[in-house]
Amino acid sequence: MLEIIDVYKTFNPGTVNEKKALNGVNLKLNDGDFCTVIGGNGAGKSTTLNAIAGVWPVDSGAILIDGEDISALPEHKRAPYLGRVFQDPMTGTVADMEIIENLAIAARRGQKRGLSWGVKKSEREEYRELLKQFELGLEDRMSSKVGLLSGGQRQAITLLMATIKRPKLLLLDEHTAALDPKTAAKVLELSDKIIEENNLTALMVTHNMKDAITHGNRLIMMSDGKIVLDISGEEKKKLTVEILLQKFEKASGSTIDNDRMLLGD
Amino acid sequence: MDGIINYFSSLNPAVFASQLPGNIAQGIIWGLMALGVFITYKLLNFADLTVDGSFATGGAVTAILLINGVPIWPATLIALAAGILAGLVTGFLHTVLGIPDILAGILTQIALYSINLNIMGKANLPISYRNYTLILSGSNIGRAIIVGLSFAVVVIGLMYWYFGTEQGSTIRSTGSNPAMSKAQGININAAKVIALALSNGLVALSGSLFAQYQGFSDINMGRGAIVIGLAAVIIGAVIGEAIFRKRANFIIKLTFVIVGGILYYISMGIVLWLKMPTDDTKLFTAVIVAVFLAFPYLKNKSKNSFKRVAKENKKTLNREEKADA
Ligand SMILES: Nc1ncnc2c1ncn2[C@@H]1O[C@H](COP(=O)(O)OP(=O)(O)OP(=O)(O)O)[C@@H](O)[C@H]1O
Ligand SMILES: [Mg+2]
Repeated sequence: MLEIIDVYKTFNPGTVNEKKALNGVNLKLNDGDFCTVIGGNGAGKSTTLNAIAGVWPVDSGAILIDGEDISALPEHKRAPYLGRVFQDPMTGTVADMEIIENLAIAARRGQKRGLSWGVKKSEREEYRELLKQFELGLEDRMSSKVGLLSGGQRQAITLLMATIKRPKLLLLDEHTAALDPKTAAKVLELSDKIIEENNLTALMVTHNMKDAITHGNRLIMMSDGKIVLDISGEEKKKLTVEILLQKFEKASGSTIDNDRMLLGD
Repeated sequence: MDGIINYFSSLNPAVFASQLPGNIAQGIIWGLMALGVFITYKLLNFADLTVDGSFATGGAVTAILLINGVPIWPATLIALAAGILAGLVTGFLHTVLGIPDILAGILTQIALYSINLNIMGKANLPISYRNYTLILSGSNIGRAIIVGLSFAVVVIGLMYWYFGTEQGSTIRSTGSNPAMSKAQGININAAKVIALALSNGLVALSGSLFAQYQGFSDINMGRGAIVIGLAAVIIGAVIGEAIFRKRANFIIKLTFVIVGGILYYISMGIVLWLKMPTDDTKLFTAVIVAVFLAFPYLKNKSKNSFKRVAKENKKTLNREEKADA
């Protein structure tokens, strides 16, 4: 499915701000893998997801989806393979377009956008059904501007937009971090449901160790631009926060001293 | 005292009334230009200064073609195409060469000054209705208003349709959230180039009609066009919002751009009627635009001001103190 081979990325090379963000990342995801990603601040989690999405070209290395090298494609040409939800709820939607218009734009990801109507009549019913499942009452507000919605509602819509056209890979970058705990739990539950129902392959960055352990079938930990732990199968099922901490110390030779890496509640 | 009385008695309402239709006709023509500004400024979120040049290009192309025997309709359409070309150049400078939006527009605008001079061969070309068949002319203002309104109806209809299509939606989403647009597979550079082309095409069409209306094309006729366009867009938006609150749909918003153009020309008519020196008209334009730009901001600020909170808290706290005592 996804293959990342020896990817390197340095920001601002040759300046005082030089930052080696990715130091030889290697990762292979199988079809249907739901992989959580943890690691301290600046470990390179977002940078890895951005490298896959093509926000900028990598310095070296290859990124393959279903065997096809996508590392030379610009961001908008990779979009057909990818569904993305960002940390900031403002990023994923257009505030001054209606909910239904946002969904219609996402439903056309990877298609040629011509001169037929941006939203067809038949789409309204289809989206209504999809929104109903969220139980947020959004199905009755499809003509509201997205800007009027709360962060959690916007994130739910972004999640729907990311998956409305089945992506080969779903990228979730701390997509619940900006939400209050209750809303975060709800959006996380929705993510689980969508990933399972559609049997999606997904990468989910989180700073909550407990979430990383309870969700998905695989867990990777990053440190200093490298993947230092990769746990899957039975081992992942039996994982606890204590075991994870021990493993991390062994793998990286240091202890975790990072406020943002929550141990869970 | 005598001076003031003399001044007011010299203001003749009939003169103002007689000039009103002309103001309206010009307002409609400039309203078309403002619809072009609306595409870049409001939808694409791109401050495009190309328009000062492309407006004059519209007049220049129309004039030189007419003089060389091309009939008026083809001449007008070719003017529109020339405007599209100007927009493509700005789009190229911005998306391919990475030049910031304002600078890209200014570069094209400066280049167009020379190009327009080359097109016309001199700074001014007369195209009087006496010598040529024109689409509209200031000699028949009633007809000019009707023709101008017809153009406005067609252009607004086309814009309403286009920006509702899949392709038109990409322009709106690019202007409002480029990161999301890219994530949804939209080529935002293509969207920007298309929007700039359409906008400047419309601006050149307006320039062509304005040259026909005034009976000549002039190298300086586009000077300050961006400010007039913005004035129309902003006056229209403020008035439209005052009437329709938040309920104005897209077609109403477009219509109010034309209304904004008309109101702008009427206020300029008032300024001239008050016998303010013509040298100062640009100054008045700037003041009018500044007032309308500031209006939504100040209105919002008065609703959300710290002073208001302080005042209200003082009141309620006083009341509680009294109740306690
Ligand atoms: N566009 C950029 N320009 C310059 N430096 C960057 C850029 N993006 C990331 N970095 C740097 O690269 C390093 C890795 O950042 P990244 O965002 O991937 O961390 P992260 O693991 O997602 O951390 P966090 O938990 O804080 O989100 C950081 O030092 C960061 O400052
Ligand atoms: Mg991050």
